[in-house]
Amino acid sequence: MTPARKQRLAVVLLVVFGVGLATLLALRAFEGNILFFFSPSQVAAGEAPLDRRFRIGGLVEEGSIHRNAGELAVRFTVTDTARSVTVLYDGLLPNLFREGQGVVAHGRLNDDGVFVADEVLARHDENYMPPEVHEALKRGAESPVGKHYEEQP
Amino acid sequence: MNWTWFHKLGSPPHFYRIAGAMIPWFGWPAAVLLFAGLYGGLWLAPPDYQMGDGFRIIYVHVPAAWLSMAAYVALAVSAAVGLIWRMKLAELAARNIAPLGAAFTLLTLVTGSLWGRPMWGTWWEWDARMTSELVLLFLYLGYIALHDAFPERRTGARASAILALVGLVNIPIIHFSVEWWHSLHQGATITKLSAPSIATEMLVPLLVMALGFTAYFTAVVLVRLRVALLESERDTAWVRALGADDV
Amino acid sequence: MSEFFAMDGYALFVWPAYAVTVLLMAWAAIAPWLQHRRLRRAIRRGNR
Repeated sequence: MTPARKQRLAVVLLVVFGVGLATLLALRAFEGNILFFFSPSQVAAGEAPLDRRFRIGGLVEEGSIHRNAGELAVRFTVTDTARSVTVLYDGLLPNLFREGQGVVAHGRLNDDGVFVADEVLARHDENYMPPEVHEALKRGAESPVGKHYEEQP
Repeated sequence: MNWTWFHKLGSPPHFYRIAGAMIPWFGWPAAVLLFAGLYGGLWLAPPDYQMGDGFRIIYVHVPAAWLSMAAYVALAVSAAVGLIWRMKLAELAARNIAPLGAAFTLLTLVTGSLWGRPMWGTWWEWDARMTSELVLLFLYLGYIALHDAFPERRTGARASAILALVGLVNIPIIHFSVEWWHSLHQGATITKLSAPSIATEMLVPLLVMALGFTAYFTAVVLVRLRVALLESERDTAWVRALGADDV
Repeated sequence: MSEFFAMDGYALFVWPAYAVTVLLMAWAAIAPWLQHRRLRRAIRRGNR
């Protein structure tokens, strides 16, 4: 490479590295501020704001889904396995909404510490498997197919 | 280090000929792989335990998403080579990768939206993964707009190359967004360090599709580059000689 | 067969996703290929 080319290569590498570093730092700094996301433990500890909308995320607790016959409104608790928060929601739920599923709810806290949601979204985890495998997994990690998925968190 | 092979590859008539010979070697495997992947993904793969047949969108969404990012890296590398070596072929490559990369980014967003609506309950969410993929689309479009804004093509190539390089920072952000923020989007299934958490009979069609997308992309970029070379070298002796060869 | 097209009730999402992919990829491949053919023909004519 000619000296001029070497110099241009150095400048290009410097620009890419510099911009990358600056962006990384900016993102780290913003992380806590731009997303009003709280876990059930944070909400239970009183860290969540009372005067503004925020997002709460966690798992739908087993056996916690209650709804009155003929009504759309649903009540369930969201947990991060340490603490849990009751959520009220009146609207259509996504297909993946079920017990034990990860969900994200948008809304605000009322005076009783109940989270009133105006939107509930279901999360999907990164595991994909046929129903038979899932059954085998539930029966215990003893099955040879189940072993493969055992190490997943 | 001897760079002659590199400079020789950059010579337009030489590359035009090589590209022409290479296109079938990528194009035909691409066709076979894409058809096999479609068959495997729609028919052979079992339904997911949670999403049923709805999960089959993975076979178009994920390869498109991977390619949208890989294409951007290819664009940035070409742009950098063009910037440093002042190689015309590399500049043309960057400019011709851009529209295809933008198309795959758009495809990722559209198929993702079609997947998110029934499963998550929303077409769109201003979430780290989705927003950074949208930024990728704007980077492609911004690159094209800036490149074409200059009356002199080579000036445009140089200016837009800087944008392409700066935008490179978005690629790791897209990849790690699901780990760094509370994202609606699930984490990585395949590109993580432990074993992929997807059943083998579901994984195979996905990898076949991904290979097919990559071969397709290579073939189409080569065709586009041949067109670009003919257009920009229209009045040179080698292009006129091509015309004489065709009877 | 009709079960296959129903896609577990997700037909409205699965088939459009595949349709846009196939259409876009077909168009993105055919358009430059036709353009290359047109160009070669124009160059041949230009020589005469």
